[in-house]
Amino acid sequence: MQLADDLLAGNRRALARAISLVEDGGAGAHAALAALYAQTGRSHVIGVTGAPGTGKSTLVNALARVYRRLGQSVGIIAVDPTSPFSGGALLGDRVRMRDLAGDPGVFIRSMATRGSLGGLAKATADVILILDAAGFDRILVETVGVGQAEVEIASAAHTTIVVEAPGLGDEIQAIKAGILEIADLFAVNKADHEGADRTVAALHMMQGLASSSASGGGHHGAQSAHGAAPPEPGPQPDGSWLPPIVKSVATRGEGASDLRKWIEIHRTHLHETGLLAQRETTRARAELEHILCDELRSRLLARLPDGRLIELAAAVAHREVDPYSAVDRLLAEQGLS
Amino acid sequence: MTDPKIRVLVAKPGLDGHDRGAKVVARALRDAGMEVIYTGIRQTPEMIAEAALQEDVDVVGLSILSGAHMALCPRVVQLLRAQGMDDVLVVVGGIIPNDDIAPLQAMGIMGVFGPGTSTGEIIDFIRRHAAR
Repeated sequence: MQLADDLLAGNRRALARAISLVEDGGAGAHAALAALYAQTGRSHVIGVTGAPGTGKSTLVNALARVYRRLGQSVGIIAVDPTSPFSGGALLGDRVRMRDLAGDPGVFIRSMATRGSLGGLAKATADVILILDAAGFDRILVETVGVGQAEVEIASAAHTTIVVEAPGLGDEIQAIKAGILEIADLFAVNKADHEGADRTVAALHMMQGLASSSASGGGHHGAQSAHGAAPPEPGPQPDGSWLPPIVKSVATRGEGASDLRKWIEIHRTHLHETGLLAQRETTRARAELEHILCDELRSRLLARLPDGRLIELAAAVAHREVDPYSAVDRLLAEQGLS
Repeated sequence: MTDPKIRVLVAKPGLDGHDRGAKVVARALRDAGMEVIYTGIRQTPEMIAEAALQEDVDVVGLSILSGAHMALCPRVVQLLRAQGMDDVLVVVGGIIPNDDIAPLQAMGIMGVFGPGTSTGEIIDFIRRHAAR
């Protein structure tokens, strides 16, 4: 495939076209991925997620600059929402990344969610593969501004940074289920604003609750009752990982070096514990299942006789049959019962 | 396979900081179902061409109110062509004297929109002329 060859030779236009191809899906996308897949698996993928306005884009900009100073190339995917009404999107993350303009070691691509609700676009994982094949050392993926449950990034990235900012909520927000659970690293951004220390404290408190419940109220619980210092963040003696909490002021680049340091420690941790291989397999399994379901769905729908679905839908709407029995009937007609 | 979306880069080259017009147009294109990449003010032609390449856009929309359009617009077109993006539609909006319209079009800036243009006109023009 010519496009794949050009991409592998370092042609940036070919890279951009390949991304469009996988973004639009279909046979062209499958061919491009098939041609490039063998060249993937080398980049470390870093997810950056958090509520709108916490400073994700600015932090990505600051992180990319740190990596560039160290001579590592950086691919960036910035996801913004598609309007559910018009299908259009306004992708504005580049505004905060102008420091990176003109650097041949950086490639920035904006993506619209196009109807996906998990914080990423449907094709984001495939775009990561394309940037990976193009040889970027690090890939930064910025999600849409998320609420509490958009956790798709955790399966797409190797290291997930959850960005918090002062003033967004109290301790109860911090122990709810959702995006806080997927963090490998916390960045408390806008740390020069009032309340940053309270945000850090709330995150520490959440971690304290987690570690005392994990040890079944044993020695950890006893320790914290005596006011002992919390465990050091990062790799733990039992092979687990305690997410570090890093304060940052992304507009001034403060905290970005610290974040990078922890990203690299986490990367080493994933390699040494075998977690990386395990995550890759888990992800591949989920992906296969997903593709299989998509394929089966479209093939099955294509096989149904014209109008049969509408016919049965009318029957369901008129209460002649319930939806489950209707589906059983359809599958039986296709020899799939 | 989803419908290919029209992707538009909206940029303000040059030194004037009046970005309200660019934002109004960006918003209107979004509402017309396009994917708009907004890059903000004070962009050099080099930055614009590079962003257009990375984002693989179908359209580049420039907003210029400084009077520097005769220098900036052809430079953007030149850079786009140099990197093989011949099929990208380039349009400009802003305070453009009537006498400049024909020369701009001759230089490859297909759409020139002066003050008072409705956003509907711009949307129609892009839909009719974008490559996708």
